[in-house]
Amino acid sequence: MSEAEAAVLRLVGLRKSYNVGLSNETEVLHGLDLVIERDDFAALIGPSGSGKSTLLNLIGLLDQPSAGELYLLGEPTSTMDDAGRTRLRGESIGFVFQFHHLVQAFGALDNVLMPLMLRHGRPGPAAIDRARGLLAAMGLEKYAQTRPNQLSGGQQQRVAIARALVTQPSLLLADEPTGNLDTRTAADVFELMRRFGREVGCAVLLVTHDPRLSAACDRTIDLVDGRIVSDTRVGPSGTG
Amino acid sequence: MLALQFLRDGRGQTVTILVGVAVGVAVVVFVSALIQGLQSNIVQRTLGTQAHIRVLAPDEVNRQPVVAKDTLQLVWEDKRAQRRRSINNWQQVVATLDTLPSVGAVSPVIAGPAFAGRGAALESVALTGIDLQRYQQIIPLPDYIIDGSARLEPGEAMIGSELAMTLGLRVGDKLRLDTGRDNPAVVNVVAVFELGVRELDARNVYLGLKQAQALLGLPGGVTQLDLVVDDIFAADTIARRIARLTGLEAESWMEKNAQLMNALSAQSLSTNMIIVFVSLSVAFGIASVLSVSVVQRTREIGILRAMGAGRQQVLQVFLIQGALYGLLGALMGIAGAYVLVWVFNTFGPGLFYIPVANTLVVFALVLATVVGVLAAAVPSRRAAMLDPVVAIRYV
Repeated sequence: MSEAEAAVLRLVGLRKSYNVGLSNETEVLHGLDLVIERDDFAALIGPSGSGKSTLLNLIGLLDQPSAGELYLLGEPTSTMDDAGRTRLRGESIGFVFQFHHLVQAFGALDNVLMPLMLRHGRPGPAAIDRARGLLAAMGLEKYAQTRPNQLSGGQQQRVAIARALVTQPSLLLADEPTGNLDTRTAADVFELMRRFGREVGCAVLLVTHDPRLSAACDRTIDLVDGRIVSDTRVGPSGTG
Repeated sequence: MLALQFLRDGRGQTVTILVGVAVGVAVVVFVSALIQGLQSNIVQRTLGTQAHIRVLAPDEVNRQPVVAKDTLQLVWEDKRAQRRRSINNWQQVVATLDTLPSVGAVSPVIAGPAFAGRGAALESVALTGIDLQRYQQIIPLPDYIIDGSARLEPGEAMIGSELAMTLGLRVGDKLRLDTGRDNPAVVNVVAVFELGVRELDARNVYLGLKQAQALLGLPGGVTQLDLVVDDIFAADTIARRIARLTGLEAESWMEKNAQLMNALSAQSLSTNMIIVFVSLSVAFGIASVLSVSVVQRTREIGILRAMGAGRQQVLQVFLIQGALYGLLGALMGIAGAYVLVWVFNTFGPGLFYIPVANTLVVFALVLATVVGVLAAAVPSRRAAMLDPVVAIRYV
């Protein structure tokens, strides 16, 4: 497999500025180059204000870079319009947020099905089976019809992970997924992400403050003041 | 589907706004039905005692002598006295009008003044000679008869209840009629009717066509043709057409009752105003509830966008919510209006009956739904335009 094919994500000289054209224009990301491989399980670390969230928004196609190019599955994205980015985002990216962000009006199963419903309308039996399978794998088969506000934090986060995986994305983005969970639950959630990243075959990029989590990842990308200061691989990770 | 779920989720809000919409729709439907009922009642009562269109011979005018060119002519003329005269060739005119598709019935009538006397009592009356068979289709006289039976053989007359009271007449009594032509006639009263209009009940005396012609000195002639039309509110248009067609004068009930028409259109105007302002307040209600809903759901909108929902989809969710508010509220409101109408018809003053037209119900449903969608336009747009990055961070 050539490197180009294996790369889920490739950043080339990616820059992001806020307040463009105003006197208080500030550049947050100063030309990042980065490649995420198909089987990467990487942690993005860095102090507050280093631009981690900004970078995650850019990678998730929620925001547009000021300069540089972002290739997702080999597709350049800077020239895409909103509809194009929405489509690509729906097809290839799964999100897990810090505050699990489930839609309160729906039960757990419907939350997991939501990305499919948004794209294809009413879900077919195959989709429902897949969603049930994911919930079961998260140990939540009993809670399929339960509203999010009746689930614990760890359970909600597991529903969110199932939801992120139901579209079989190529890249799973997690923003402090264990940020407001206790240590044990956090470890559980982390393990689940790790396992499913491997099983579904999607790359995982997680932003974290927790050094124990980043240490457990195969790769650690350190972002300081909008620049990547180190990018290290540990352990027997991807074959490259 | 998403929209439905959002509605169910924000149950408190949903119920509040649905009640608001329902009250508005109930008011619109009830007031419209009330006014429609009132108007059709007034029109029915008005038209129950008069023809929709009356065709008359044109007024007689003075003929001016032809003068040479460039001559200044000063004319001082007295208007001519309009003597009673027959419509020329009325049989053929009746035949022609009978063939017009928009005309329901035509009845030749001869009308003129007379004195009705019994003993020393004398009353001025309006002598009306009719062909009863035809005239029934214009004014259903048999329906108004309170005593006797509807028939008009020679020597028979039908009189109004007021006149009967004044002259102390009952069915079977004799009545003297004098038109000032030295040919008084004595007729039998065969029926007393009550049209419900005092003036008509005091003055109308119906005779057979032939006898009236003889009394009024117009053998074989009629002075007017009474018509009914299928669409009463097209009467003025049809009257104009008949005037052009026959060269006679045609006057519709709408011209004759200009004041009534004025009142009716003022009423319609006020109904429309009520509809417009109620719609406006319903629209603002829906818009404000949806605005709040958009703010409350900002974060969820952000998540939906992150999961691949396009701007169009977010827009749709809120537009559909607006439409549903309108539609469901309208359904409740229509049910409420039916209850109000039922209460009015059952326990109300009983002056007239209010029908609820199907078209009115459909109109209310469509109006409320359209208002809902329009009201949702601004909040929906704001939801669709939310920046997902900002929306997700929104707490």
